[in-house]
Amino acid sequence: MNYAIVFRLLGDILLCEAALLLLPALTSVIYGEWFILAVFLFTACLCALFGLLLRQIKAKSDIFYMREGFVTTALSWIVISVMGAVPFVISGAIPDPIEALFETVSGFTTTGASILAEVEDLPKGILFWRSFTHWIGGMGVLVFLLTLLPLTGGSHINLMKAESPGPQVEKLVPKVQSTAKILYGIYFTLTAVQVILLLAGGMPFFDALLTSFGTAGTGGFGIKNDSMAGYSTYVQVIVTLFMILFGINFNAYFLILLGKFRRAAAIEEVRCYLAIILAAIAVITWNARDFFDSLGRAVQQAAFQVASIITTTGFSTCDFNLWPATSRSVLVLLMFVGACAGSTGGGIKVSRLLILCKTIVKEIRQALHPQVVAPVRMDGKLIPHETVRATNVFLVTYMIIFTFSVLLVSLDGNELATNFTAVAATLNNIGPGLEMVGPMENFSLFSSPAKLVLIFDMLAGRLELFPILVLFAPDTWRRF
Amino acid sequence: MQIILVGGGKVGVALARQLCEEGHNVTVIDINKARVEHIVERYDVMGVVGNGTSISTLSEAGIENTDVFIAITGSDELNLLCCMFAKKAGSRHTIARVRNPSYSHELDFIRHQIGISAIINPEMAAAKEISRLLRFPGASKIDTFAEGRVQLIKVPLTGAQNLDGVAIREIPAKLKSDILVCAVERGAEVIIPDGNFVLRSGDVVTFLATPEKAHQFFVTIGLPVRPVRNAMIVGGGAICYYLSQELLENRVRVRIVERNPERCAELAQELPGAQILCEDGSNREFLLSEGLGSAEAFVALTNIDEENVLLALFAKKHSQGKLVTKINRLEFDDILGGLDLGSTIYPKYMTCDYIVQYVRALQNEAGSNIKTLYRILDDRVEALEFTVHENSPATGVPLSRMRLKPNLLLCCITRGDRIIIPRGGDQIQVGDNVIVVTLEHGLHDLRDILAD
Repeated sequence: MNYAIVFRLLGDILLCEAALLLLPALTSVIYGEWFILAVFLFTACLCALFGLLLRQIKAKSDIFYMREGFVTTALSWIVISVMGAVPFVISGAIPDPIEALFETVSGFTTTGASILAEVEDLPKGILFWRSFTHWIGGMGVLVFLLTLLPLTGGSHINLMKAESPGPQVEKLVPKVQSTAKILYGIYFTLTAVQVILLLAGGMPFFDALLTSFGTAGTGGFGIKNDSMAGYSTYVQVIVTLFMILFGINFNAYFLILLGKFRRAAAIEEVRCYLAIILAAIAVITWNARDFFDSLGRAVQQAAFQVASIITTTGFSTCDFNLWPATSRSVLVLLMFVGACAGSTGGGIKVSRLLILCKTIVKEIRQALHPQVVAPVRMDGKLIPHETVRATNVFLVTYMIIFTFSVLLVSLDGNELATNFTAVAATLNNIGPGLEMVGPMENFSLFSSPAKLVLIFDMLAGRLELFPILVLFAPDTWRRF
Repeated sequence: MQIILVGGGKVGVALARQLCEEGHNVTVIDINKARVEHIVERYDVMGVVGNGTSISTLSEAGIENTDVFIAITGSDELNLLCCMFAKKAGSRHTIARVRNPSYSHELDFIRHQIGISAIINPEMAAAKEISRLLRFPGASKIDTFAEGRVQLIKVPLTGAQNLDGVAIREIPAKLKSDILVCAVERGAEVIIPDGNFVLRSGDVVTFLATPEKAHQFFVTIGLPVRPVRNAMIVGGGAICYYLSQELLENRVRVRIVERNPERCAELAQELPGAQILCEDGSNREFLLSEGLGSAEAFVALTNIDEENVLLALFAKKHSQGKLVTKINRLEFDDILGGLDLGSTIYPKYMTCDYIVQYVRALQNEAGSNIKTLYRILDDRVEALEFTVHENSPATGVPLSRMRLKPNLLLCCITRGDRIIIPRGGDQIQVGDNVIVVTLEHGLHDLRDILAD
């Protein structure tokens, strides 16, 4: 392990966070919240101090490998979450450190599960920081760092691989830094477009900005107690559309930028993702039609909820906890599907499910014709055996973590549906679950140990399990 | 003595030369005509082209009157079969080289059943030697005598050891270490030193001591003594297998880099405790990513000498650990001596040394025989251990009154459990084991140590 380079990068990350903390500070200035301003400036100074201290460490070589990539990624996320929780605690918004950490991790991992019942009372600066963490976490902290760092050598792809979601991480262009810049460019542009469209619908600028942050990162922290329910239908439709857009593989946007529309439209994963959304909307509209006054309203509400859950955003416009069993089951299933790889969404990812389904088909063919050579294909290309294997192992690991989390969380004595969906909502980075963690409830009912388990699930889910699990392997920490 | 050698490969050539120089009548059998011609042209030996397992070939080579029959072809089974036939056809002693690890646990059985005098497994011997070096990483070469109770240790001196300008007689007082410097290599010169000899930085010193004393001495002169706790091995051949087994038993973490996936699978099955990595060992980025920089030992065991040398030099640049390099070919050892390759291991030398030692031990007529023989410092010095069976002019006389040959040092007497670093008043007795270091080659009896 090249500890020096890991610490140096953590220093960079902290300096980044210090800079990012200036934005909520600015918000406090605009709204005249002087105490909150002091809180953010203090935290920023703290981050900068730690960052500069860590930057003093001299690294013998600035090359790092997969191992350092994993460790840096996992530690970065933990470090920024811990530092990000500081303003919540010292401003008194969330006095309990574990709850503050839960809220911050939920923000950075774009989960959107909150322990706060009364959101509207929070100071604007704190509200801004809370939603801003979604936007930072959505595309990835290290990917952001990659756009800034002066990079030498090719080893930085290891950082991107560890942080970016999906079974196969590819660069869009030859340089990692350019790739990161393009991704952030697309991300920023889409967010800006959403803000403008929301402003056009008459939403206040502050609300529009924070709602867009929540949508872009597929996070889902609402700034109203009733999430998105109080907004106009126009706003809800815009948010629905953008949730779906942010759940699409960003490679598709890159292809569109290059003018390769046909290839963008041919991406199997995106087609499958859209098909699942349409099917789910159809089923729920039919099943829950009695809850709404008109069919149009039913479609709109079903679409919002489906988009919110499959992209793992977690906004809500109505209490789907009251919907019929079929609709609720569909939503729970969508929790596990998740968005596309290479998007800002969480979950298992459509591409993984596609690979798994194709493997099943292959297995059946192999049973019938034992000698058949039947590779798994996607988008006309062969999927390497390694990727198929990694996908299978991912699913197994996912299920094991899921099972143990449910077991640990159930020690609190809550009901099965609550525990099950709480873990599903955090491990898949969604936000709301069902029953006592439903869209109109919050996560404050869990004990501190259960909250820590859920914090772990959120981080593991966002980083796709292995970077976090690597921290627990003794081999990671040995010098040899 | 009449000696038949089957197999004219690298070891065959080296052995033919060595045995011939010691005055034996050597006949080389090989199936390859060119090889036989090559040996016959270069050395004063007889050559027979043919199959070593065929009785007619064997009788052509004169098997009936043979004292020692040596089978060192590339095939274990062929070697064993040759020896079996040779034994039946009248050879007095037979030696076979058997290197397949799957026989390694059955060698005693095979030896008894076939009636072979000795079986040599050079890979296992090499692995044992490497393992010894990794347990005592400050030394660049360790040879053992008296069942491991006495060691002959080679160590290069640098300025850091504070021995520059120290005379050998001052060492016991100055460093409080009871060690005996037996040979010193200075530049191209090899010296058997006396007490007045003054050490210099850059000397390569070979000294004799018990393991505990050697440990203490290394601590005093500031060389590493702690056994390595992890090792990176490149090349997953037989030596690697034996070495890993040995290391894993000593709880050393082993990482093996081997390029052939099938061999990797075999190793992974045989060595569950080791980490097997399937990659070309010459991939430098890969070696660094797998922690070469923090490895405490790096062992280059591929089949290609050039690759081993390059790997060792590369490892030298990136790691502070102990380096061990395997060299197969014997021809370029003078050039390799000039490179800083850590410890070099020559499995082929080991085969050769063992056989020469065996043959010399057979020659004794006068009641003392060679128990162990090492050729050290590029073959220029021999270290021999004699077992004394009966009285001779060399026994019962205080050493101060004995006139030894020049450039010969009587280093150690082991008497029962006692290990004596001899002084003027000590005597050699019947039953002792005596260790002698000499520049003269070809000693085969204790009496040979006396000046005429």
